[in-house]
Amino acid sequence: MVPVSYYILLSGVLFSIGVLGFLIRRNVIVVFMSVELMLNAANLAIIAFARNIGSLTGQVIVFLVMTVAAAEVGVGLAIIMMFYRNKKSVNVDDGNLMKW
Amino acid sequence: MIDNIWLVPLLPLLGFLINGIFGRKLGKNLVSWIGCGSVGLSFLISVKVFFELLSLPAEQRIFEKIVFPWIYSGFFKVNISFLLDPLSGVMLLVVTGVGFLIHVYSVGYMYEDNGFSRFFSFLNLFIFSMLMLVLANNFLLLYLGWEAVGLCSYLLIGFWYEKKSASDAAKKAFIVNRIGDFGFALGVMLIFWTFGGLNYTEVFQQAPSILVAGGGLVTAITLLLFMGAVGKSAQIPLYVWLPDAMEGPTPVSALIHAATMVTAGVYMMARCHILYELAPFTLGLVAVIGAVTAIYTASIAMVQNDIKRVLAYSTISQLGYMFLGCGVGAFAAGIFHLMTHAFFKALLFLGAGSVMHALSGELNMQKMGGLKGKIPVTFWTVFAAVLAISGIPLFSGFFSKDEILWKAFSQGNLLLWLIGVICAGMTAFYMFRLLFLTFFGKSRVDESIKSHIHESPKIMTVPLMILAILSVLGGYVGIPKSLGGGNNFEHFLSSVFGEKEMIIHHSAFTEYIVMIISIGVALAGIFFAYRFYISKPELPKSLAEKYNFPYRVLLNKYYVDEFYFKIIVNPLLKFATFLWQFIDIRIIDGTANGLAGMVNWFGGIGRKIQTGYVRNYALGMVLGVILVLAYFILK
Repeated sequence: MVPVSYYILLSGVLFSIGVLGFLIRRNVIVVFMSVELMLNAANLAIIAFARNIGSLTGQVIVFLVMTVAAAEVGVGLAIIMMFYRNKKSVNVDDGNLMKW
Repeated sequence: MIDNIWLVPLLPLLGFLINGIFGRKLGKNLVSWIGCGSVGLSFLISVKVFFELLSLPAEQRIFEKIVFPWIYSGFFKVNISFLLDPLSGVMLLVVTGVGFLIHVYSVGYMYEDNGFSRFFSFLNLFIFSMLMLVLANNFLLLYLGWEAVGLCSYLLIGFWYEKKSASDAAKKAFIVNRIGDFGFALGVMLIFWTFGGLNYTEVFQQAPSILVAGGGLVTAITLLLFMGAVGKSAQIPLYVWLPDAMEGPTPVSALIHAATMVTAGVYMMARCHILYELAPFTLGLVAVIGAVTAIYTASIAMVQNDIKRVLAYSTISQLGYMFLGCGVGAFAAGIFHLMTHAFFKALLFLGAGSVMHALSGELNMQKMGGLKGKIPVTFWTVFAAVLAISGIPLFSGFFSKDEILWKAFSQGNLLLWLIGVICAGMTAFYMFRLLFLTFFGKSRVDESIKSHIHESPKIMTVPLMILAILSVLGGYVGIPKSLGGGNNFEHFLSSVFGEKEMIIHHSAFTEYIVMIISIGVALAGIFFAYRFYISKPELPKSLAEKYNFPYRVLLNKYYVDEFYFKIIVNPLLKFATFLWQFIDIRIIDGTANGLAGMVNWFGGIGRKIQTGYVRNYALGMVLGVILVLAYFILK
């Protein structure tokens, strides 16, 4: 059996990739994908721990998270659509109005 | 009707409200009907009330009417309530009677003015305030009237507020009055502190038992009240506002600065005579200030050339007489002189207004002369007033002035009496100087005005005639016993002032001598005026050149205004400028602005964190997470 630390390591690597992608990339779609990556890294960690202690609760929670994530993707893509329509671009730096 | 005494002040108040609010739309005729009608009606009611008062037996002639409770707070209770006794009855008649005549006169005098309705609403407000002052039965209501007449005086002096000098004079009057009122307010508070109440009856009944005669407390109270009287009645050292008050329209000078408002101080002291009689020091001071003011301002009046200014200084001088009368304990004589003075001084001012009307507003007496035949009604009425004020026998001023002088003499105040007599001579001199310069001799009127000199319309001359009759006959209510009269006026007021049998050290013969002396001095004054301004008109000029220094001092009013400016006004101005420029702008504004500036500065630094780029915010979040993690790991 694969030890739980491997899963955690993978989860950490995926999360870090997600964070870096979120911080570095400009394309709003890629940024959005990075967010999903972080989300799923967290899912993976939960499943790994759940399995480790032999509980089903964690697996149920992950299903719930995936469902919510699907809804969230719907909203997020809609926001991106509107962003594109307004700015004629998918560059996050064009949305810099959130300041003083 | 005596039960409806509250109607007397209410009517002018209604007149004020109607004319003040709707005046511009009502048209001049309606405004003048409302303005004069309200005062006229309250005069009629006053007459009716007065006769009802007269019909009562002498000891019952006191009537109090509580209209409604005003301030009830713990044991501090003040009502809006009126007191009618012989003293307030006399004042009532003087205020509404003379006031009504002046209202009627103003219809003619102010007809061309744009502020016609404003003028009448202010006049009505003034009559209302003055009636509150004289009818009050407690010190707080008296104080209300006291301040309100000050306000009206401000409004009316500054009636032509576009004129810088008028608005300056109005401010001066108000501020100088405030100085006196400050003392007066303190006096009222001290009375409340001492007696626990402000009603006249309460205070005056308890006064002999609570206060020690001649003690410090009663002296303090009376001195503080006297300070108010000095301001309101324009005595030394607070007289400076009254001559400047001549910037207002002439009827205002007649109404406020001769007949009514300035007499408030005399009335107040007469009202508080019980307190004053307990404080011999204050009484002495009142007498001295009165006498000094009388002679001091009479000397200024002798050289002034502005007709209204002469009358203004003469008013102060006559008020000095009244103070002298009160100061020697002859309150009835003071009130008597107040009444006759109200008649002839109102007449003099209205006459001066009529002269100005004839000469298109000319005030300088050196540019008048020879008007006798051209405006005969004005001339004859003014002549009657001049005779009355100069103390010529058979005219009203003679009886009242001589009463005061005789009281001063018989009380043994020879020096004060002497000052009064000299002052009587000066009065005769400057009043006849005014008469001669204005109406006699060759005309010195500017050519441009000369052609249209005209007598004033009936609406102005009829009040003059009525006042002239009053000035002549007004004294006959108080003919002294030595001249075969009954001194009815003093007798009538005795239910207020008490029947004091003054100890007569002197025989009737002495009284005749005293009387003859003052008549002689007055005649001498007239003689000098005649020599100076009729028979040898070049004499005044050569005298003025010969005694240049005293002449200049008098002409410049002893430089008192300049002195006050240098000693009081300018340092205060500098201090205020310091407060403004340094304390206010630098320290107070500086603190407020500095705080705001500091917040702004910090904000300027802080806002740079917010770039608007999403990834910067995300970076912040990540760094935060790392910090929190690091904290937990390294702990």
